[in-house]
Amino acid sequence: MAKPIFDIPNLDEALKTPAVKKGASAHLKIHPAQPPLMEKLGFPPALVEGWQKKAVEKLGELKEKYKSLKLFMEVCVKCGSCADKCHYYLGTSDPNNMPVGRQELMRKVYRKNFTVGGALFGKLANAEEMDEETLKEWSTYFYQCSQCRRCSVFCPFGIDTAEITMAAREIMDSIGAGHKYSVEIIGKVHDVGNNLGIPKPALQSTLDFLEEDVKEATGADVKFPLDQEGADVLFITPSADFFSSPHVDSLVGYAKVFHAAGIGFTFSSHASEFANFGMFVGNYDQMKKISERIVQAARDLKVKRIIVGECGHAWRVAYSFWETLNGPFDFLDVKKPMHVCEFTHDLIKKGALTFDKTANDEFTVTYHDSCNVARASRMGDAPGGQFEIPREILRAVCNKYVEMPDAVNRQKTFCCGGGGGLLTDELMELRVKGAAAKTSALKTVMQEKGVNTMAMICAICKAQFSKVLPYYEIPMETVAGIHQLVSNAIRLGEK
Amino acid sequence: MGAIDVAGKSIEVDEDGYLLNLGDWSKDAAEVLAKGEGIPLTEAHWEVVNFLRDYYDEYKIAPMIRILTKEIGKKLGKEKGNTKYLYELYPGGPAKQACKIAGLPKPTGCV
Ligand code: SF4
Ligand code: SF4
Repeated sequence: MAKPIFDIPNLDEALKTPAVKKGASAHLKIHPAQPPLMEKLGFPPALVEGWQKKAVEKLGELKEKYKSLKLFMEVCVKCGSCADKCHYYLGTSDPNNMPVGRQELMRKVYRKNFTVGGALFGKLANAEEMDEETLKEWSTYFYQCSQCRRCSVFCPFGIDTAEITMAAREIMDSIGAGHKYSVEIIGKVHDVGNNLGIPKPALQSTLDFLEEDVKEATGADVKFPLDQEGADVLFITPSADFFSSPHVDSLVGYAKVFHAAGIGFTFSSHASEFANFGMFVGNYDQMKKISERIVQAARDLKVKRIIVGECGHAWRVAYSFWETLNGPFDFLDVKKPMHVCEFTHDLIKKGALTFDKTANDEFTVTYHDSCNVARASRMGDAPGGQFEIPREILRAVCNKYVEMPDAVNRQKTFCCGGGGGLLTDELMELRVKGAAAKTSALKTVMQEKGVNTMAMICAICKAQFSKVLPYYEIPMETVAGIHQLVSNAIRLGEK
Repeated sequence: MGAIDVAGKSIEVDEDGYLLNLGDWSKDAAEVLAKGEGIPLTEAHWEVVNFLRDYYDEYKIAPMIRILTKEIGKKLGKEKGNTKYLYELYPGGPAKQACKIAGLPKPTGCV
C-alpha cells in the first residue's frame, strides 16, 4: 500500500452523519479520455463547439426517451431522507455527494430549460444554465457516484440517482467529455475482447497454467477449455478472473464445479469479458455492442446455455438488459443467462457435489452483498434469491458463517466504494473514503464475531477491497470469492 | 501527461506515470521510475521486472499474478512465491507498480 496523503476516516464514526463540508471532495478529478479513445467509441474527440446548448438538447432528448428520468427530475420533495444514505457523503462530508445534492446538479439545468418557473426566475428558482462551472461540477460529482442505488431504497418516490448519473455521463460523452478509465476499457473490449486487453495466446497460456497448477495441487484433471465447439456451456466471466488475485481462485472454483458435476464447458477468446462498462458510461449502444460478442460466441461455439461468473454490474446487465438489447436467445436450450451461484446451488440441492467443510475451518466468513446483485437484479426462481443463494452456498462449504449487521446487509448493503466505473487510481482518496461505511461493518463483525474472511461475488468489489482494506489496517487476504471457498472444500472424487 | 528525465533525456509518461512508448524503457529508466515510487531496486525487484518484460515480449500483456508468484517462487525460493512477498517488494501492488517500473502499460479493468 502506498502512503496516503489524505485523512483516513475513523471507522468508529463511519456510519454517523457528518457535518457538511462544502467542496470537501471537489479536488478529486477524473482523467479525461483522450481524443483517440473517444473516437473509437464514436464520441466527439473533445468538447464540441456549442456544447452548452448541445448538452441541454441531449438532456431534453433523454427525458423524453426515459420517462423515469423526467419523473425523477420533477418529483423530489427535498425530504432529505436520502441525504445520509450515500457512502460517498458519509466518507467525504461533501454535500454534492448527498444523493439529493448530486441530483440537484442536473435538476438546476433541467429547471432552467424545461420548467416555466426556472426559465422565468432563474437562480431564485434554483435554476441554472449549463455553463463551464456546471460542467465542472458534473464531471466531478457524477464521477463520485458508483451507481449503487442505495439511496433509492430510502427515497419515498424511489428516485434512482444511479439513473441520473448514467444520464449525466451519457450527456457528457455526447459533447466530448469522457472519462479515460471506462472509455479506454470499452475500446479494449471492442479490439481484443476483454477489459484487460488479454490476447488469445496469453489467455490460452493462462488457462494451461491453471490446468497444471490445479493438477499439481489436487491430482485431478480439472479442465479450463478455450473455444471448444460443441461444449454444453459457454462460461463468461470478468477478465479480472484471468489476471488478479483473489479473483483467479474463484475461476478455479468454477472449473472444479464443472469437473465434479461432469458438465462440459468452454471459455471463449472472442467473448473473454463479462464486465460491461457500457453501463458505467450510461450508453445502451455500447452495452449492446459489448454483449453482442457473447451472443456471437454462443452461436459460433454451438453451446446450449450461457453461465456467468462472479461480477456484480455485469449480472445486472445480463439479467435486466440482455434479452431486450441482444435477444431473443431462441437458439439456446436455456434462454436466460444463469449465474454461476445458481448453477452451483442447484447442484448442491441435487446432491451432485460433496464438500469437506473442514477445509475452510480456518475461516470465519461473512458475506458482502454487492450493490448490483442486491438491488438491481434477482437470482434463481424465488424472490430474494440474490440474497439467499450465495449465503446457502457459503453455509454448504463453510462451518463458520456470520451475517453482517442488518442495517448494512442485503438490500441495504453499502457499495464497496469502487463500483460504477470509479475503480481507478486517480480516485483513490474517494475510494478509500467511500469504503469506510462498509468497512466499519466488517470491522464490527471482525471484532465481535472473529470474522477473518469477507466473501463476495463481484470482481470490482474484490479489487477495491483488496486495495483499500489495508488503509484501515485490515489485511487484503480478508477478501474472498464465493467460488474460492467452494474451491477449497469441493471433493473432486480422485486424488 | 508528463515526462521524466532519464540521463538527460526527456521521456513521455501518461497521467499515472506509465511510459507512453514501451521502446523508451531502459534500466536507467527503471531506476528513475522506481525512485519516483520510493522503491530502491534490489536483485529481487529486478527478477520481477525482468520476468514481466519477458512475458510481455511474448504475450503483449502482463502475466496473471499467480503466474508471476509461481515464477518468483521458482527463482527466489518457495517461501517467496506468494502475493504477500510481492507486496513487500512492491507495496503499490505487483501488477500496477511493478508494471510501471518495467515500462509496461498500466493494467486496465477490474484490477
Ligand atoms: S447511487 Fe449510490 S453512490 Fe450514487 S448517490 Fe445514490 S447512494 Fe450515492
Ligand atoms: S429521499 Fe427522494 S424525495 Fe427525499 S430528498 Fe432524497 S431524492 Fe428527494
